[in-house]
Order: sequence, then structure tokens, then C-alpha cells
Amino acid sequence: MINHDIVIIGGGPAGLAAAISCYENGNQDIIILERDNSLGGILNQCIHNGFGLHTFKEELTGPEYAARYVAKVQSLGIDYRLNTMVIDISKDKVVSSINETDGLMQIQAKAIILTMGCRERSRGALNIPGYRPAGIFSAGTAQRYVNIEGYMPGRQIVILGSGDIGLIMARRLTLEGALVKMVCEIMPYSGGLKRNIVQCLDDYNIPLRLNHTVTKIFGKERVTGVMVSEVDAFRQPIPSTEEYVECDTLLLSVGLIPENELSRKAEVAINQKTQGPEVDESLSTSIPGIFAAGNVLHVHDLVDYVSMEAALAGKNAVKYVQGLLKTGLSIVIESKNGVRYTVPGTINPDNAEDITVVRFRTSDVYRDAYLSVYLDDERVMHLKKRILTPGEMEQIVIPKKWFAERPNLKKITIMVEKE
Amino acid sequence: MYDIIIIGAGVVGSSIARVLSKYKLKIAVLDKEVDICEQTSKANSGIVHSGYDAHVGSMKAKMNLRGSKMMEKLCQELDVPYRRNGSMVLALSLEDLPKLAILKTQGDTNGVEGLRILTRDEAIKMEPNLSNEVAGALFAPTGGIVDPFKLTIASAEIAFQNGVEFKLKTKVIDVEKHDDHFVVFTDKGELITKVLVNAAGVYADDFNNQLSAHKLKITPRKGEYCLFDKQVGNLVDKTIFQLPTNLGKGVLVTPTPDGNLLVGPTANDIIDKDDISTTAEGLKSVVDRAKKSVKQIPMGFVITAFAGLRATEQNGDFVIGEAADVPNFYNAAGIESPGLTSAPAIGEYLGEMISQKLHAVAKSDYVKIRKDTVRFESLSLAEKAAIIKENPEYGKIICRCELVTLAQIKDAIHRPLGATTLDGIKRRTRAGAGRCQAGFCSPRVIEILAKELHLDPREIAKNDNNSVMLIEFDKDSL
Repeated sequence: MINHDIVIIGGGPAGLAAAISCYENGNQDIIILERDNSLGGILNQCIHNGFGLHTFKEELTGPEYAARYVAKVQSLGIDYRLNTMVIDISKDKVVSSINETDGLMQIQAKAIILTMGCRERSRGALNIPGYRPAGIFSAGTAQRYVNIEGYMPGRQIVILGSGDIGLIMARRLTLEGALVKMVCEIMPYSGGLKRNIVQCLDDYNIPLRLNHTVTKIFGKERVTGVMVSEVDAFRQPIPSTEEYVECDTLLLSVGLIPENELSRKAEVAINQKTQGPEVDESLSTSIPGIFAAGNVLHVHDLVDYVSMEAALAGKNAVKYVQGLLKTGLSIVIESKNGVRYTVPGTINPDNAEDITVVRFRTSDVYRDAYLSVYLDDERVMHLKKRILTPGEMEQIVIPKKWFAERPNLKKITIMVEKE
Repeated sequence: MYDIIIIGAGVVGSSIARVLSKYKLKIAVLDKEVDICEQTSKANSGIVHSGYDAHVGSMKAKMNLRGSKMMEKLCQELDVPYRRNGSMVLALSLEDLPKLAILKTQGDTNGVEGLRILTRDEAIKMEPNLSNEVAGALFAPTGGIVDPFKLTIASAEIAFQNGVEFKLKTKVIDVEKHDDHFVVFTDKGELITKVLVNAAGVYADDFNNQLSAHKLKITPRKGEYCLFDKQVGNLVDKTIFQLPTNLGKGVLVTPTPDGNLLVGPTANDIIDKDDISTTAEGLKSVVDRAKKSVKQIPMGFVITAFAGLRATEQNGDFVIGEAADVPNFYNAAGIESPGLTSAPAIGEYLGEMISQKLHAVAKSDYVKIRKDTVRFESLSLAEKAAIIKENPEYGKIICRCELVTLAQIKDAIHRPLGATTLDGIKRRTRAGAGRCQAGFCSPRVIEILAKELHLDPREIAKNDNNSVMLIEFDKDSL
């Protein structure tokens, strides 16, 4: 057993930002454990641009964005292990990992930051009927084949789901010589960013079929085609709208799931809506000393927000190790009327920063609506929004002074209002 | 000239081959697929039935009981995951209670040990997640679950190690009877054998009918399943059946030996013997019917769905033995459920019959014990540490969901009758069988397969040769 103050699980954007923040906030006894053969996580295969507009005020590719953080981690001399898989975390903060050189490594941590990211939903989760041939890929796996390995998974592509990776891959595969026939989205709106629909589909004349899904997969050995159907208001396929589309590949971009198998082993409470840990204003989970940030916590739209969130987790992990994080009564944040969830879910005013950023997604598309914040029954914020859509993360900033002004505050409510 | 040719490298053909490999005989197993354990053997419930379903006096009853008795020791010898978890048949209304008693009587007569009728309360005490509709249950303590891939692969490996030839990707087109031998025409040429064994699953009627006047008719009966994440694998501990219907044992809810939850199958007679597609109606029906057995089906945790075909013979029983009008031609046909349970018994039964007929002499150097690929995930931390020290490639995780290491993948490729495809790796190691369904590991497994087999990644297939994963280099089509 070896000891480290802070163990960071995962060396993607969240883990890197968390580590740098720990260091800069005064704790240098950090180790990052990364399962892949390089730091940077999934950014390494995101070779398109559009990263870093908030953080660096310039437009970077994924590998460039990651490289800046990796360089910083290396220049600070922060310890990390590559090709290292964490296989267990106990609630008393023993992290067990394995790799080829160290074998089994057990680290007793004072604090742990969970930054494991997320994974893609698979075909199975959708239960699409048909055969099980080769040629069905999740968009992120196809991205790895094309961008890292240099291989095309197919020539004629149908994409199911309009998540950002699917949209990005529609463009990527087109540029690499494939014919992307359509992107089908079962919802009446896209799950991705508006800018990706414009830059990845519209610019290449790739049709986006809203209210459409794939109802059957054909091909015994390799995909030969899919049946595409329009869906009704209850998302049930309308039989008369069935259309057979010939293709050799079906890409799935149907949602991301925070990867919390390790969190569960540590008995961290999981939020059913986000599939990530329940956290407070300090990004502390239900187990004191275990923090979470990035896509393991909730799926973000922009990596810039991942980095910011992870920096906060790092800072608070340092405070926790120093014994400076207070315990005590927390104010609950209630999400209702179209607000699906909030991160954090509670705020302890004693620990709150000058401002607390509350991030969330809406459960539907709202036009010309208002985002409102109530402190108990008093409405204190009423922001006009031209559009709110589940594909884009929203945030509200809560100033600390609100708590000082209202010592008996019990509940903060965030909701969408028509007027 | 072969002494014996077996058509079909499923669990039945492999079990027969394993038993016959004890003798000094020249044996070949032929299969049209690229790997052993394709078709019916790869897509079934994985249940070791205790034997109360089969009609008294039937071949099914005889083989089921014997297979169930053999299974535990055999799985130890072959290092195959097996658990005697017990099974329950539910009566879902008071009117159905007498049917449990009839089933119990049939089971008692068949020789099934320990059958017991449970009251509603006793059943729910044993399985707290049973539905509120449960009126009573028949409990069979000898029921079990087994890994069907591993049982097939292990049997084939033992046969192979003892000298049996496996000719895969070899499709039998025609069989011809001559005075003292058979000619087997395949897409790879002709083979000659003294004894021919027909273990061709849904195609067994074709081969029988080419040789024998006693015609068989096998109808593929499709069964669709949903497989769930290990997170909900403990919804039930025992295998939960409903009362059987004339199409089979109904929809079951069971844990698998690896800790997943399995729900299914449907039972629909179809025409196309290769149609293993799932259907929207089938998957819905599986779930709707399973909901009658257990309180809730955790649909958010489905990781995959699949379908398999039962080889249902029109007379409803297994057809096992030498054809009356074709000496030296042996059938193992119509092997539907409880075929997996029965396979070791069918192997023993036909193996003895054929070896006696050929006056075969036992080998002195027969290898009986097999060691499976290491199941890294199930090792303790100390064992994990020790094995990585011994071979550092156990420290390199390839499949994150099932914690499968580089050393295991390489072993699966290089062991006897090793894997050559992604599905072959999956069935031997579970890499790709987990919750992300190979999203993470497939690029890595393709790379390892290509390297170890000296192939180009564009040649690596999911299963069949035409199921390659990667088509071309980037920009090749531009």
C-alpha cells in the first residue's frame, strides 16, 4: 500500500484540470491514473476544431486543447501512470489499480477525484430489432477507427441519433470519402449543438430526419440496409412511413452514459437523472472526500465547462485534505418545470464560493421562455431565453450574498416559465 | 478414409467428438461456420434442466436426466462455468396449481430428485422479486445454469487435443452411401468415412433424408432473448419458468453463470433456417411475458438482444441412434431444448454405441482435463497481483466492462482451436460481452487479432468471412 493525498481517476480533460487545480491550490501529493496509453482522454480522437473558445479565447482541436493541459501537468511534475486500470475504489478511499509494470497497485488516498468520463449507449440499450451483423458502430468507436487507426468502417452510412459525436462523424466520414445518407433523430429536435448541425450536416447537404428512427437492421454478415420510420408523438414508429435505406454501416449516436461502475463500488450515491454522482457545491459526492467532475458527473456539451468544473473539484479536494471543508446543513436545489436536473444538487452556504455555478439541461425545447430562480417562494431571477434545448447545457450563477441575506433559506428552485 | 465424420461443431457434435476421441480412431468434425459453437449452440438459455418437462419414457427425458447428472463433474473437468442454482416453475393463478402437481409427478417418474411444491409465501421468501400474481411454484433444486459457449468450446478443445480434426468453413453439400463407406461432398472437396454422424442442428433433416427412408422434418423454432447488465443480475437467483405450453417451456428469467440477467425466449416456428433476426414483436412479447414472473423488468439495463433457432423435429422427440435402414449412419437430430443439458449424455450414448460398433481401442494417453482461459475478473486482488507478476500482459486491460486482459485475448487466439474472429474472442474471454458491447475493446481486439494471426486489420471479421469490420483506409474512396 502506498499513500497519496489526492488520487485522480482518469487523465482526460477533467482529470488534467483537476490535477492542475490541486497543485495550484497547494497540494502537490497528487497522482493521475489513466487507462489509455496517453493523457488527454477522448479529446485525442476529436481532431475537429471548436475547443477552447471559453478557456483560451481561441479555437483549438481536441488534441491541441488536451496538449495544453498535458504540458502543464508535465511542467508541474505531477505524477501520473498510463495504461493503468483502476479496478476498485473502496469507500475508505483505497484505490486498487493494475498495469503491466507495477502489477497491482493499492493507494490509500485522503481524497479521490472521479474523472472517468462517459461511454456511449449501445444498440442493445435501444433494442433495435434485426440481425447482428458487422457494420454497427457507436459514433465514438467509428471516430477512433477513422481518426486514430486510419480505417474506414464503411462506405454508405446511416447515422441514428443526432448527438454531437454523430454530427461530427457525419462530416468526418464525408471528408474521408464515405456517403452519409442521413441522420435520423427520434426526437423532434437534435440532441447536439446548433453549430454542429450547421457546420457538419447543412454544409454538406446531409439530411437530418427529425422524428425518425431505425426500426430494423438488415444483413446477416455485414449491414446491407436499415428500415427507417417516422415516429408519432409517443415516439412509436408509424408503419406506413417505413422506408428501406441501403447502407453498409449504421452509426449510433444515441446518448452518453457517465461511467460510474467504480463510483458504485465506493458506494457513492448516483442521481437517476444524470446517471452521475449526487454532488454538493464543492462537487463532493455522498462519500466525504470523494469528488467528481466532468462527464462522469453529467454529460457536458463543451469541454471548457468540464475543465472549469474539474478545477473546482480540485480546489475543494485540497480544502478537504486540509480539513477546511465544512459539514452542515445544505440548501436543496429543486429542478422542476422543464429543468431535468441540476449540478450541484445542494449548496452548503459555508462552503460556497462568491458565486456558485449551477449547470443543467432542459427536458424539452422551449422558445421565448424564461429561466426562473426562486429562493423559497421568492422569485429572484427571471431570464428571458430565446431558445432552450436539451442539446445545450444551461447555467445559472448564484451569488453567495443571497445566503447571507436569507439565513433561513431552505430551498432554491430552478424552473422554466412561459412568462 | 476416416473412421468417423461428424457433421456439425455445435455442442452436440463437439460432445460426441470429445467422447470418441478417447479411442484410437481417425475422426473429423465438419462445420460450415468459421468457428465452433455457431448457430443454435451460441444462442440459447444456457440452462441445465432438471428434467421434469420431458415426457415419461422419451429420449428427451432419458438424455436430460443423464446430462443433468453428468454436468457438474464434467464442468469441473472441462473448467466450464456452471452453477446449480435451482429452478422454479410458477403457477400464476389458482387454476394453474394442479398443473404444478402434474409436472411434479412427471418429474418424479422421470427420476428428478428433490422436486417440491412451494406455497406462494415459500416461493416469494425464496425469490423476493417474484410478481404478485404468483400462486405457487414447483421447485427443482437440481436445475442449473452453464455457459453454453464454454461447454461447446471446451468439448471441442478436448476432442482436438486428442487428435480429432476440425474442418471449419467446410460446408457439406451432399452425402452418399456406398457399400462400406460414405462419401461426403463438401465445398472443399470429398471425404470418405466408415461412420457418419449427423449433428447438423436445424439442417440435420437434410442429411438424414439424403440417406434414410425414415424421413425427418425439422422446423426452426425461433427464440428471442434480452440480456441485461450485471448490475441487475441478481434480480433472481434461481431460474424462473412459467408453466410450459405446447411450444415449449415459456419465457424464463434467469441469472447467467457470468452474472447477467437473461430473459426469453419466444417460440415461433419459421421457415428460413438462417433467420436469427430479432423482431420488435418478439422482444416486446419476451418482456411482457417476463413481467408476469417478476415484479419489474429493468428495461434501462438491456445490453443486447439476440435470437436462436431450436431444431424442432415434427415428432417432438430427439432422434438419436443408428438409422434403421442405413448401417453406420448415426443421427443426433431434433436436438431442441433440453439439448444443451443433454449434449454430454448424447455424446456418451452415441460415443459408446459407435466405439463398440467399430471395436475401437481406448487410448492410453487420452487428455481428459482442460484448463480454461484465466478468468481474470473473478480472481482475488492477491491472485491478480500474482498472475501479473508471472505474466505482465495480465496487467493490460483490453475490455473494460468485463476486465479482460491482453494475456487472455492472446491465449484465446493461440490455444487449441483458437479464436480468429471478434465473436470467437468474445465467447472465449467475454471481451465485448459487457455493457458497452465492444465499443471500447473492438479496436483493440482487432489490432491484437491482426498482429497475432499476421493478418491485415481489414481482414478481421466479426464472425463470418464477409463480416469484416473495417472496409478500407481513410480516403480510399475519394
